[in-house]
Amino acid sequence: MTITAKSSDGAVAGRKMKMIEAISEAIDLAMEIDDSVFELGEDIQDPKGGGFGIHKGLSTKYGLDRVRPTPISEQAIMGAAIGAAITGMRPVPEIMLMNFMAVCADQLINHAAKLRYMSGGQTNVPLTVRTMTGAGGGFGAQHSDMLEGPLVHTPGLKVVIPSTAADAKGLLLSSIFDDDPVVFIEMYPLYFSASDFVPAGDYRVPLGEARIARQGSDVTLISWGRQVHDCLAVANDLSASGIEAEVLDLRTLVPLDLDRILASVGKTGRAVVVHEAVRRNGFGAELAATISEELFGQLHGPVRRVAAANTPVPYASVLETAYMPSRADIEQAVRGLFR
Amino acid sequence: MTSQIAEEVEPAVDADILVRIFTIATKAKLYDDQYRAMMNAGKVGGMYYSARGQEIIPAAINAVLSPDDYVVTMYRGVHDQVSKGVPLRTLTAELFGRASGSCKGKGGPMHITDVSSGLIVTTGVVGSGIPIAVGVGLSAQMRRSGQVAVVNFGDGAANIGAFHEALNMASLWKLPVIFVCQNNRYAEYTPYDQGTSVDQIAKRGAAYSMRAMHVDGNDPDAMYRAARIAIDAARAGDGPTLIEAVTYRFEGHMMGDTKEYQPKEELKAAIEADPVPRLRHRIIASEYRTEAELAAIEDELQNEIDDAFEFAMAAPLPDVADLTADVYGTEIR
Repeated sequence: MTITAKSSDGAVAGRKMKMIEAISEAIDLAMEIDDSVFELGEDIQDPKGGGFGIHKGLSTKYGLDRVRPTPISEQAIMGAAIGAAITGMRPVPEIMLMNFMAVCADQLINHAAKLRYMSGGQTNVPLTVRTMTGAGGGFGAQHSDMLEGPLVHTPGLKVVIPSTAADAKGLLLSSIFDDDPVVFIEMYPLYFSASDFVPAGDYRVPLGEARIARQGSDVTLISWGRQVHDCLAVANDLSASGIEAEVLDLRTLVPLDLDRILASVGKTGRAVVVHEAVRRNGFGAELAATISEELFGQLHGPVRRVAAANTPVPYASVLETAYMPSRADIEQAVRGLFR
Repeated sequence: MTSQIAEEVEPAVDADILVRIFTIATKAKLYDDQYRAMMNAGKVGGMYYSARGQEIIPAAINAVLSPDDYVVTMYRGVHDQVSKGVPLRTLTAELFGRASGSCKGKGGPMHITDVSSGLIVTTGVVGSGIPIAVGVGLSAQMRRSGQVAVVNFGDGAANIGAFHEALNMASLWKLPVIFVCQNNRYAEYTPYDQGTSVDQIAKRGAAYSMRAMHVDGNDPDAMYRAARIAIDAARAGDGPTLIEAVTYRFEGHMMGDTKEYQPKEELKAAIEADPVPRLRHRIIASEYRTEAELAAIEDELQNEIDDAFEFAMAAPLPDVADLTADVYGTEIR
């Protein structure tokens, strides 16, 4: 279900833009399409329009009723979004940084994720909580974590992490109009570095479909978010050595496109999972286990994981760089499968 | 600001209103009595947090609320659920973990939802319903539906952070939310003054520029007036109210509680002043209704309760094949 606006000559309308613009466009469009969509979050009103200006112009266009600035109250933001969601609205709360989701974890994990189930399907929670994170910017341990692991571990939540501008728009629109709670994770280093062609209009990318970012026959690199770009760079380098890597951008961790993962690894016989979250108990472990269970006899080697060190995110640049999974780490993991 | 009742026009509490409160409170009391009897007889297991002694509060509130208004409550919420009009058959089947329960046996006593009666959320986490009710009120305000949201919680919940965030937000946005703190003097096993820095929780309303009232929750007149003022104000767009309704719980924190931390004399005095029979006596003494008329009401309620328990006992268990249904709108493996 990919809806794409086409111009009269049949070409897809749209333009190249940065991920940050694509996100703004998706929010604007969702609010235009459906009056029940509204935003709430800290600092989102004009003139600031959010820390990075994602909401710039929206409160002027839609009013403070629908682009609703909140006090610094993460529990109340999430609680209010849940209460509104179960009574006919489609809230799009913003939790400024992913680490602050720990502040409202009770609302998210005990309530948003579980109300549909606990009510036997009488209520559902169609909210999309947007949040921003990522290491590498020198923000230290409380402003940088990738916490998708515990979210994926919570039945009832959907978890989305785009790597391109087009996907950011298409996935965000799908998330907002999804009838379940979605955590939409934006890796802020991509806001400006990811820049690609974004279709105009109500463009949606379905949740649960991985994207083959690069075709290859020898090894499958499985990743999401920012590390997809690292995998692509490494894949291009490896090509010179005669290793053709397929790069899968999962895009959504829940729902997971296991079919595409297994098809790819079934074809290549080798898999490396790359993520920015810390290695221990990261989603890479789940993928490695699942691939091993399903394809054990067809694998040419163990499923490798490339991930961050099992430490908090450090401040000093030299430490932060050492903490993060690097392109060299990815390349080393791949080459290890060909020895 | 602690008690504004005297400053406003006092809503009249007439005979019919008192009988209505009596009827709702009696239904909740008889239901609670029956459930505990079933547990004591070993006919049903699980957790149960009796609300015995606190029934006048939701009875008075529901004498004012409309059927399409929302109520959020917590694990000690059976009186709120019965008072809001959750059908007793599906409520009981849910408590018994049956497929015909309001939540298909997936919620249980701590997680009752019944959309048909407006009982929108029951939470098992102390105070977590408070910010959710803010969102329910926000939705009503944004949809201009004229609905109000009532959220019930205990004195212990007034000490969690989300209580303060929620009151600030509701006051800031003038939301149609009524915060009902059923102060039963104990936060689980801890007496009020060992956990709360202020002698009246209603005083905290002032910190958020919120209308607040400290009332005897066991007094039907005071409770009705407070509910009337708060609900009328919310509906008129005049923002939220914090009602601290002082009451007492008779059965401790949960079934099996030995209550050694509750002074015997205090408990004895509270049970002797049981507000439900007290109201019954008053209605008869005031000649609002005869003893026979009230007995007829009680018989009818008991029949409805008996029917509900029979229904629940005979109701089918959930189908194990439904374990994975309703996690998402469309099943995800």
